[in-house]
Amino acid sequence: MKIIHCPLNGPRNAQEFVHGGEVVAMPDPHRSSDAEWASFVFLENNVAGVVREWWCHVPTAYWFIAERDTVRDEFIRTYDASELFRERVEFTRPAAPKGDAPNGQGA
Amino acid sequence: MAFGLIKYGLSPSYPGKRFLSRQPELKSSYDVVIIGGGGHGLACAYYLAKNHGVKNVAVLEKGYIGGGNTGRNTAIIRSNYLTPEGVAFYDESVRLFQGLSEDLDFNILYTERGHFTLAHTDAAMRTSRWRAEVNKHLGVNSEVVDREDLRKLVPCMNLSEDVRHPVLGALYHPPGSIARHDAVAWGYAGRAAELGVEIHQGTEVTGLEIEGGRITGVVTNRGHVGCGKAMQAVAGLSGVMAAKAGFKLPIRTVPLQACVSMPLKPFLDPIIVSGSLHIYISQGSRGELVMGGSTDPYPRYQTRSTLDFMEGLMAHILELFPFLADVPVLRQWAGMTDMTPDFSPVMGETPVKNYYIDSGWGTWGFKATPVCGKRMAETIATARVPELLQPFRLSRFEEYHLVGEKGAASVGH
Repeated sequence: MKIIHCPLNGPRNAQEFVHGGEVVAMPDPHRSSDAEWASFVFLENNVAGVVREWWCHVPTAYWFIAERDTVRDEFIRTYDASELFRERVEFTRPAAPKGDAPNGQGA
Repeated sequence: MAFGLIKYGLSPSYPGKRFLSRQPELKSSYDVVIIGGGGHGLACAYYLAKNHGVKNVAVLEKGYIGGGNTGRNTAIIRSNYLTPEGVAFYDESVRLFQGLSEDLDFNILYTERGHFTLAHTDAAMRTSRWRAEVNKHLGVNSEVVDREDLRKLVPCMNLSEDVRHPVLGALYHPPGSIARHDAVAWGYAGRAAELGVEIHQGTEVTGLEIEGGRITGVVTNRGHVGCGKAMQAVAGLSGVMAAKAGFKLPIRTVPLQACVSMPLKPFLDPIIVSGSLHIYISQGSRGELVMGGSTDPYPRYQTRSTLDFMEGLMAHILELFPFLADVPVLRQWAGMTDMTPDFSPVMGETPVKNYYIDSGWGTWGFKATPVCGKRMAETIATARVPELLQPFRLSRFEEYHLVGEKGAASVGH
């Protein structure tokens, strides 16, 4: 059984974790084009080597970040997401300046 | 055959022709370079030469032909998918497979076994009916059977209600088949080589040459090769090759494991699959039970076997076939699959002109070998993507026009 070091719970069995995909910057959902958004949602870097990913310890619903080698199948480092994300992400739609309707989608 | 065996068994020289002639030196350029000498790449080369007269073709393979995922799948062939696009595509493949031994003059040991997708829940029964209706509408032979039918059709299977996931019924697909997967690669390679295609093994493509958004050549460990057109058919490493071409794919590389038991006397004629339990099992022509499951839980570029997989798989297999408990497993292995978000392949044109892609082969690649080879050859030769491949274009993702194929092997219902 593979052991993953959870920053919150210590070393735990790999079966307790789920993989959440690569850490990538989210484009502004209100201003990105359809193609940019599709790229964010669907396209993968799928790197053969060291990647930075979201992982979740399911029993405690705790999301954290892992640096992992996808060729050697080794976890290099795991740490709390606060190391990378220091500001709250706001999802409320900002008031658009007059005449600016991104993507023609309207409100 | 038998006489020849005795005659030449005693003779110091064997006059039989070599399957592939000696590997030639790389030419400075080819009309078409195919990256990847698995079933798909070799099939494409064969159909380019045979159907379109394009014979100045090189297949570049970094290892040996059919040594990647072509030889690592569980060799199941079927067309009972869920989406009309998928059913039409895989149906053409099954039809090509049926005549392939004759077409290639090489026995691929194609045997029609019948294919059962078990349903353990009402939701799975509903999906079975849905798939059966889509299949019938497109002329594919599929029907829903209940537990009483299964008792007659698969007498060796445990249909007791006294298990964790009792079987309610199944989607029965009589044309479901198995074949020798490496024979498919060798058959295509042999015939393609006879038609003038060059097959270069031990030739790794390390870079692509792109000028003005158009492919002009590839860099290999044996030097530079110019090309008019190129296609990558390197499922498992599609993302790595696409990165060399400068674009991203909607693909994660995830290992898929399988195993075989020791050979047993024939007792299991049909192929048994359960999407809910994530298992498939069939008895190959050597008597070995070929067993597989779902993809590994996270992406990796690695083909290591795990105990987790074996434990999970066997827990479910033994529920269906309890008498296999004492049968030893002979081999376990893994392949690297191209998993797409919609469980459909990615084929056709790319952002690079004259550079074509054949990728996104998750758990459904082997069964698509002939149709993909034939239709990709058509795409390359005519520079026009046939209607059959249109739904699987790379650009479907930025158009938000996915092909949600829930009939794929790794999908529960």
